Amino acid sequence: MGKVLRRTFLIGSAAVAGGVAIGYWQVSKPYPNPLNNTLKDGETALTPYVIVAQDGVTIVSPRSEMGQGVRTTLAALVAEELDIDLTDVNVIMGPASKAYYNAVLLEEAAGKAATDTSAGAERARAVTHVISKLMATQTTGGSSSVPDAFDRMRLAGAAARIVLVKAAAKRLGVDAASLTTENGHVIAANGARIAYTDLASEAADIKPPSKPDLKPQDQWRILGRSLDRIDMVEKSTGVAQFGIDVRLRDMVFATVRTNPHLGAGVKSYDASAAERRTDVLKVIDVQDGVAVIAKNTWSAFRAAEDIAIEWEDAPYPPSTSMMIDGVRAAFDDKPDSRLRDDGNVESTIENANMIETEYAVPYLAHSCMEPMNATALLKDGRLDIWTGTQTPTRCVTVGAKITGLKESDVHVHTTYLGGGFGRRSETDYVEQAVEAAKAMEGTAVKLTWTREEDTCHDMYRPLSLAKFRGAIKDGAPQVYDMRVAASAAVIDAFSRQGMNINIADPTIVQNAWDNPYTIDNYRVYGYKAPKMLPVGYWRSVGASQNAFFQESAIDEMAHAAGKDPVKFRLDMLEHEPSHRVLERVAEMAKWGRPLGRDKGRGVAFFLSFGVPTAQIIDVSMTDQGLRIDHVYAACDVGTALDPRNIEAQIQSGVIYGLTAAITGEITVEDGVVEQTNFHNYDAMRMYQVPAIEVATLENGEKIRGIGEPGTPPAAPALANAIFAATGKRIRELPLKHQINFV
Amino acid sequence: MQLSINGKSYNVDADPDMPLLWALRDIIGLTGTKFGCGIAMCGACTVHVNGEPRRSCSLPIKLIDEHSEITTIEGIGTPDKMNAVQEAWVEHQVAQCGFCQSGQIMTATTLLAKIPDPTDEDIDRAMSGNICRCGTYPRIRAAIHTAAAKLRDA
Repeated sequence: MGKVLRRTFLIGSAAVAGGVAIGYWQVSKPYPNPLNNTLKDGETALTPYVIVAQDGVTIVSPRSEMGQGVRTTLAALVAEELDIDLTDVNVIMGPASKAYYNAVLLEEAAGKAATDTSAGAERARAVTHVISKLMATQTTGGSSSVPDAFDRMRLAGAAARIVLVKAAAKRLGVDAASLTTENGHVIAANGARIAYTDLASEAADIKPPSKPDLKPQDQWRILGRSLDRIDMVEKSTGVAQFGIDVRLRDMVFATVRTNPHLGAGVKSYDASAAERRTDVLKVIDVQDGVAVIAKNTWSAFRAAEDIAIEWEDAPYPPSTSMMIDGVRAAFDDKPDSRLRDDGNVESTIENANMIETEYAVPYLAHSCMEPMNATALLKDGRLDIWTGTQTPTRCVTVGAKITGLKESDVHVHTTYLGGGFGRRSETDYVEQAVEAAKAMEGTAVKLTWTREEDTCHDMYRPLSLAKFRGAIKDGAPQVYDMRVAASAAVIDAFSRQGMNINIADPTIVQNAWDNPYTIDNYRVYGYKAPKMLPVGYWRSVGASQNAFFQESAIDEMAHAAGKDPVKFRLDMLEHEPSHRVLERVAEMAKWGRPLGRDKGRGVAFFLSFGVPTAQIIDVSMTDQGLRIDHVYAACDVGTALDPRNIEAQIQSGVIYGLTAAITGEITVEDGVVEQTNFHNYDAMRMYQVPAIEVATLENGEKIRGIGEPGTPPAAPALANAIFAATGKRIRELPLKHQINFV
Repeated sequence: MQLSINGKSYNVDADPDMPLLWALRDIIGLTGTKFGCGIAMCGACTVHVNGEPRRSCSLPIKLIDEHSEITTIEGIGTPDKMNAVQEAWVEHQVAQCGFCQSGQIMTATTLLAKIPDPTDEDIDRAMSGNICRCGTYPRIRAAIHTAAAKLRDA
């Protein structure tokens, strides 16, 4: 690990030690230990990540579990250093707290390529860590949980272990150096064993070390192995509690109908028919719509349909084609960002083969399996919120704002998330539940969206267009000039939090500019389109469209150059981990072996969130349509903490990406999103899904997260395979408009 | 009205048009069965009625007679005593977010009751009504084969 990173994480461990290492804090004092307030007698909070009590050891894994396995992996970081088996600890999400802020989430805002590990780049990233600490947002996203926690949580575990050893040494009257530990016990030289739990109260008096040593990787016995996920049995037996499953005494149930013209308000409404229904308790105003509170969810759904509402008009162009025109017009403005401009793309290259193409991708919904929902109870000057959220501290903020309570009187209980993909980093559904709880003070209200409300009221992946110019000479690329236009997801997301920032939006060209291909004349500009549909963070964010643009264009150049698409890319990949990832996937797929008739294969490489990822997809033309036969994927995460979980995340990312590539499309007519439910916004289903083979490499410079990098290459790998199989180059998604699938 | 669920009899006081899903979740408090779409398109709400997989979001309780036996995810196994399908799910570490898995497991359980040794095609046919947005399909397929072998050996 680099010097700067290590120092940053020591700052983190100082925070968890409850103020011991204040000297390391560069901005302000550490945030208060959120668990001190909830400890019972006999419990000692060693750090905010570990609680050792007489009845057991609890690890706080403060990131939202939305399927990516983070609760298990983060707990394993602590368990490894604490020296205790995961099966012997209780793992909790913990309360919403600024102390659990995500330090590395904004690293990409430093504007440094992920492959740039120079001192200057690390300094620029360190500045973003300070900003992150000031904002102190507890957020799960951006494939940042593991990089953020890797040192911080291991240091917490190591500090806790040292404290327990010292407590044992004091009790036994021996030198701490004579003691060892083994699975939750301190072991004396004479073989006597003292359980950590037995040392809980004595450990409270011992000051934790500020710089505990970490185990060398070759001594790991938990990390680096495929672990049984701690949520697996719960999730296989219907016991796991999602937000939608929260049940409280005497609770009531609600739903909303908000303006299908997104962001516009209500002119008037008539709820008399709804209010006449026997199970309906109340109809209230919420932002841009109404909420129905009833004795059960189904009654609320039916009553909401009975309300006659006159909506305000949409604040954006009323149809998809007009929105496309709006995005296209952005190319006529000056660039919003100029993050890459190497050489001179305007230079004339004699006898070069020129390529000029355009690409387009549509708006996409997140379509989490669990529709948006939240439960809230406002009682006796205290607000409790139970919900699946990627941002618990934001829920505290909006809860306090709506009720007028102090933030310390707002308590957020984060449940499991039935899918997040970025959607649950928004708080709209939480705000509605708090409004309902305010109208029903003293009674808990669970507010659940219908699938239709969920599909039509998203913060979508932006509709995005690209214009590409390339030049090839003597079989090699000479010019790569990519211009991308889209609405600004970061600016839009911040504006929903009441922050109006005026910056070049990093998501428009996210990972479009810093991929490691070496081409002399290389330019990537971003163009900011006006706000139309609300846009936000969709699994892999800007990388989701930019991989399609880049890898389609590179494939077209390879074809024009008469080069093998893998060889063409390998020749441009001097970044060693990237080169090896592409080589590996080609080996896995036996690239170059002859395929049968009506078959084809495509390749794509993309580096996103610091993870070089390459995919090869094999397809066949059949009488029923195009079939995906096999997907091969290789990635490099630097250090692989849980190989089986990484495999799951890549498979997941591929299927999420393929679903979008084949059918995913949100369109607008008369200002209203046309897709409503799974019949017209479908997901890939079992019969369409091929075997997905995954290889995980560890040559990268840093440890990386893996929730997102599997998604971006899937769409271009498939489109390139279709080209190989059919000769048809498809430059617009979704592919279903131009090709039939099985 | 009377509903027999997981071998227990419940007296449910609800609108007869209410889908079974909401009677289970909001009235009775069995929340293992999930709401995903409300139009029988995603399979998250799958339960067994007399051993047949049914989409509880689209099955009004008035259409269920009192002699029908309803089984939910809570009725086929528990964390301490999982059924063979659930054990295979854990063995293959299938679940990610986990929200669809109750429905997946309920559908897989009836598949194996009918076809003890399913081919991949049988699995595709039986499971294609169940959406998983996390994309756990490859592991679901593997887990069904494992569960089939367990059940045949039992």
